[in-house]
Amino acid sequence: MASHHFDHVDRSGSVSGPPSAGDYIFDRGFRGVAWLSAVFILALVVYIVIEIGGKALPAFSEYGFGFLTSTTWNVQTGQFGILPEIWGTLYSSLLALIIGGVFGVAIAIFLTQDFLHGHLAAVFRTIIELLAAIPSVVYGLWGIYVLIPLLRPVANWLHGEFGFVPFFGTSLSGPGLGPAALVLAIMILPTVASISVDALHQVPYKVKEAAYGMGTTRWEAILKVMLPTAGSGILAALVLGFGRALGETMALAMLIGNSNQISLSLFSPANTLAALLASSFPEAGPVEVRALMYAALVLLAITLIVNAIGLAVMKFATRKFEAER
Amino acid sequence: MKKPFIPAAIVALSLGVASMAPALAQELRLTGSGASFPFPIYSTWFKDFSKQTQGVTVDYQAKGSGAGIQDFINNTVDFAASDAAMEDADIAKVKQGVVLLPMTAGEIVLSYNLAGVNELKLPREVYVAIFMGAIEKWNDPKIAAANPGVKLPDQNITVVARSDSSGTTYVFTGHLSAVSQAFKSAVGHGTTAQWPKNVVKAPKNDGVTATIKQTPGAIGYIEYGYAIATKQPMAILQNKAGKFVAPSDESGKAALASAEFPTKTLPGSDAPDLRVWISDPSGETAYPIATFTWMLFYKDQDDAKAKVLRDLVEYSLTKGQTIAPKMGYIPLPDSVIARVRKAAALIQ
Repeated sequence: MASHHFDHVDRSGSVSGPPSAGDYIFDRGFRGVAWLSAVFILALVVYIVIEIGGKALPAFSEYGFGFLTSTTWNVQTGQFGILPEIWGTLYSSLLALIIGGVFGVAIAIFLTQDFLHGHLAAVFRTIIELLAAIPSVVYGLWGIYVLIPLLRPVANWLHGEFGFVPFFGTSLSGPGLGPAALVLAIMILPTVASISVDALHQVPYKVKEAAYGMGTTRWEAILKVMLPTAGSGILAALVLGFGRALGETMALAMLIGNSNQISLSLFSPANTLAALLASSFPEAGPVEVRALMYAALVLLAITLIVNAIGLAVMKFATRKFEAER
Repeated sequence: MKKPFIPAAIVALSLGVASMAPALAQELRLTGSGASFPFPIYSTWFKDFSKQTQGVTVDYQAKGSGAGIQDFINNTVDFAASDAAMEDADIAKVKQGVVLLPMTAGEIVLSYNLAGVNELKLPREVYVAIFMGAIEKWNDPKIAAANPGVKLPDQNITVVARSDSSGTTYVFTGHLSAVSQAFKSAVGHGTTAQWPKNVVKAPKNDGVTATIKQTPGAIGYIEYGYAIATKQPMAILQNKAGKFVAPSDESGKAALASAEFPTKTLPGSDAPDLRVWISDPSGETAYPIATFTWMLFYKDQDDAKAKVLRDLVEYSLTKGQTIAPKMGYIPLPDSVIARVRKAAALIQ
């Protein structure tokens, strides 16, 4: 009976038949489209850099590197400098990275290391990833209407009691670096958490069993075996999170206070490059636009450098903990 | 189900075609761009004007005064609007000639956030000092002296300014510079300014309003209409005559009344020069910070468009002015309306 059935099977419908002419065309076509997309993306990046660089060139030749170390931004007198913005960008992003990084990795450990039932963990993960779907401006509004009023008494108590510590050197009146960094931390949390979760998931379960087999406790296994093994992935998560924090615009423009000053205090208003660009571009005249293009180029360079450093660190970490592949 | 539907669809379709035919014949689309300060009232005017004028649509984009002037010079719009009027050098770049018309006016108010303080009087030198960072506490003796009986808290003053370049800042710093030479050299007069270090900056009128509302001890400058719409308290300011005046339609109109228009014409043209700054009005009942805002038109242009633009100006000067107070703008005084009407005839 069985062989009788197979005799009637049409060969051309078989899964294992030779590729038809259509298959070849499809394959070539797909390959072509894939190549084209890849080249297009590269070309786009190069075009953006050239375009911004070209528009920034007049400002670069006019202000030179003094642009990076000067602290005034005065359209009337044509003096432009972005040191406070560079400082604010790095300071707020670094704070966000520390807060968001610690929480993001902790969440990833919580979700992957058998603290929760699998289904529950999936629900938690979805909720955290939903944070990424909230528009930036909503974070900004939430910061203004909820976070700052909550933070104000705490900040002012800290300033009152520990005012001698430079971080608490000023009181928090409203918008400032602290609230901005906290909101940034929440915004990068989904990025850090979900990529770290993936990294931890990729470590074979056997590795953990082996660690237990050698008599480690749960925390020893997590901290000494799982985290280092997933190290390159977690680092990638942190680098991506930092990159996102550097470029974040709307929420920061609303929360940071846009004040041109360099201060260690967490509670004083500051400014970032992205916020400067967002708030000055719409009404800028030709001279200011050139300076803004230069600032945009600097932001691009900072992001590129951070990513390059991140890649280098990842390479180093991969070699150390994961051996050669 | 289907039977009644088909005839209905045919009727609807034929009606649509019938009504479209004349519209296609004389459809006229006018675009403008510029200042965001008068955007709420302009968009109301243009919507209403487009509705009552057959076959005409007026679109306005609030890009900012500077961008509006650029568009106007580059001939990409039919008209533009600007809070800072237009410089002579820019006027010279427009070959068709320029007609500059003040269309409405507004006040800039100092809004504050102080629990339990419903009325705050600020003498001239005090509000200048606050915005220079020279007075830092609400219970400063100089503020207390002007407000007997008001319990002022021992709280830092948080000054809120605009983070973006804006006509509001231009007018406000213009007034403070007129009052104080020290302010002019330290902070400066312009669409952006060198505010002292601890000033918090927020984008747009709404951003400043929200920041003031959320920050105890804050004070900032916003447009009168925004303060009305958000029910923010407004400080009573001392004017040039030494009187304390609250912002209102009447006090704004009194400020406009003191405007003295130049008698000359715009450079290289027979259009009257209607650029005037009321940086420090002298009237006894005048609120100290008020300004006109202008529309810019080409003097020489397409006849059909010119006619519609003249109609638009006429509408704005008559029906348009009546809705101004409701929206937080000051209606133009009759003498100004007469001047504008005369100048508008030059749009040909």
